[in-house]
Amino acid sequence: MTVRRYARQAAALIVAVGTLAACAKGSITKNNDAGGATTTLHYFTFSAAPDHLKDLDKIVQAFEAQNPKIKVTVESAPFADYFTKLQTAFAGGTAPDTFELDYQDFVSYSSSGSLLDLSGPAGKDGSYQSSVYEPTSLSAFQAAGKQYAMPESFSTVVLLYNKKLFDAAGVAYPTADWTWADESAAAAKLTGKGVFGDYQPVSFFEFYKALDQAGGSFFNADKTKATFNSPAGVKAAQWLLSKPGITMPTLAQIGGTPDYDTNLFKTNKLAMWHNGIWQFATLKDKSDWDVVVEPGDTQKASAVFQNAVAASKTTTHPDASWKWLKFLTSSTVMAQTRVDTSWELPPLADAGVLKNYLAQSPPANRQAVFDSLKAQALTPVIAQQQKMQDILDKAFQGASKGTDLQKLLDDTAAKVDALLK
Amino acid sequence: MRGLRKAGVVAVFLLPSAVPLLLFIIVPMVSSAWISLHEWNLISPMKWVGLRNYADLARDGDSRAALLHTLEYLVGYLPLVYVGGLSIALGLNRVMPGRNLLRGVYFLPVVTSWVVVALVWKWLLNPSSGLVNDLLGRIGVPGPGWWTDPAWAMPSVILASAWKDLGYVMVILLAGLQSIPAEYHEAARIDGAGAWQRFTQITFPLLTPSTYFVVIISLINGFQVFDQVFVMTGGGPAGSSQVLVERIYDQTFRYGQVGSASALSWVLFVVILGVTLVQGRLQRRWVTYA
Repeated sequence: MTVRRYARQAAALIVAVGTLAACAKGSITKNNDAGGATTTLHYFTFSAAPDHLKDLDKIVQAFEAQNPKIKVTVESAPFADYFTKLQTAFAGGTAPDTFELDYQDFVSYSSSGSLLDLSGPAGKDGSYQSSVYEPTSLSAFQAAGKQYAMPESFSTVVLLYNKKLFDAAGVAYPTADWTWADESAAAAKLTGKGVFGDYQPVSFFEFYKALDQAGGSFFNADKTKATFNSPAGVKAAQWLLSKPGITMPTLAQIGGTPDYDTNLFKTNKLAMWHNGIWQFATLKDKSDWDVVVEPGDTQKASAVFQNAVAASKTTTHPDASWKWLKFLTSSTVMAQTRVDTSWELPPLADAGVLKNYLAQSPPANRQAVFDSLKAQALTPVIAQQQKMQDILDKAFQGASKGTDLQKLLDDTAAKVDALLK
Repeated sequence: MRGLRKAGVVAVFLLPSAVPLLLFIIVPMVSSAWISLHEWNLISPMKWVGLRNYADLARDGDSRAALLHTLEYLVGYLPLVYVGGLSIALGLNRVMPGRNLLRGVYFLPVVTSWVVVALVWKWLLNPSSGLVNDLLGRIGVPGPGWWTDPAWAMPSVILASAWKDLGYVMVILLAGLQSIPAEYHEAARIDGAGAWQRFTQITFPLLTPSTYFVVIISLINGFQVFDQVFVMTGGGPAGSSQVLVERIYDQTFRYGQVGSASALSWVLFVVILGVTLVQGRLQRRWVTYA
């Protein structure tokens, strides 16, 4: 009798565990179209979280109103965790139908054959016109002649500056003609009395751009060898390392505090800040600040980041996914929402949609965002991207005043070369 | 019939631990051995490479550095946690007011989540606004950069780890202390032995079985150190505190090299097994069973 009761309880437990496992799987991507005519699409994003989830929701609602038979379920993760989650979902066979990719990861996902070729559903869609997209952005997300993702947004990095602090120190505002020398002279004058003159992290992302500004290149032409250990590379590393502890807080001072730089700038304790236009929304209530194109050295070069949206090869709804991706990247509602909320901008061919963006303030000089597109520092991309970025970040973290930068860059270039084989 | 029924009962009792064990330990272990023979980035299909991942490990400087950092951790952590735990156990083995309360307090960190403890220590050791550097500043000692300084990152992790595990070591050693018969001490005292002699001649030798247990468990856990490193330093700065399991995590989830990460997991498994077996042999020479 008792045995039977135990057996029954054990059986119930097994069923419960089984159900749990099934739920865990289903919640990420399984679509319940059994029964109903409604299709549920999953969309996974990093750029909407946390500031723009409401704005994304607006786009989703407009899409669902137009396509009553498709429902879009949004899931988001912060950028730092996003790609870990995405690849785990792929490995577990629970990839979302549609998701966001930055350019670096687009390269690895498209080359691993995980993305749906959108040329198929696009070809069947009579209303699709590729000409609405900015042509270079569209072709950036092609591989082997196939469109594997749709360009969704772009953002650039500019120099943000605090007018009040410049006035107080009697320093003239930065202009588009500024060079590193101007920036460093101003930073020295602005630093003091609890104010930092400058803020630019010493990292891979700042280094490849500074290298370009100094006239150097990261790889040789056929990408078989790292060439950033050139004199231009040493100059770029010197430039970045000349700031912490002098015109910029050190890592120990920052002490891992989240949004340390944002708060310094917001509270008028930071005069110049190298950061992206995604900060505009964060700073919308602050006055007395503006932006210019980043100072260069021998030439101008600005970082430009592109995001795209793609569908997984395993989605059971390729046509619905296409409809959503098209809407998400080309609809008027989307363009309007992005412009009105100072979100990252849509790379559309018709610049008319961006008029309202320029009309808004702060910052007044939004033209700098578009000027920075004229000389772009392209992110060096290789198959083992994250590893390469970590190698450079680690090298810079270990560097200090006495470090022999030529040797440091030679060693680092050798490590990167090993990844190219 | 009766035997069958008995086996049924046994099976029902075993099931709650056997099912998770199979699902979350045995299956992943076997799979990881299989994966270690492949090249796999989680998103593409697996590609067979035989033993190449193992051969590459031998030449991989970062993995060697991670092994060295793990050993560095063990060398700093083990003596600290053992001596600290032993001192507290000896102190709390005497009859004194508030003894049970103190025992509870020392044990509290053991049952606290590692993430919470690591975050608290990260805050305490914050180079610019932490309590420790603030106190050091007051007595005129400039505090180090702790987890932001490559030279101090591993000591920071060791300090937090030893603090958390003190209570665990204390409980094991306390149990060991209480199993030493009082007559031994009494006899020694009559023979004129002092406190230090009693400790070195009676307490410590009779505590060796507990010491052996503590060393084995701490070594096994120490080789697998991860949570505190991940939360406090993320293996940095400049990779100065990257330990083996953190390296395995990076290889899997940052670099998409699951094959070589699985190979490293198996190497770690063999290392831990080897160290434990050697300990088992050596204990015959130094562990005294009363």
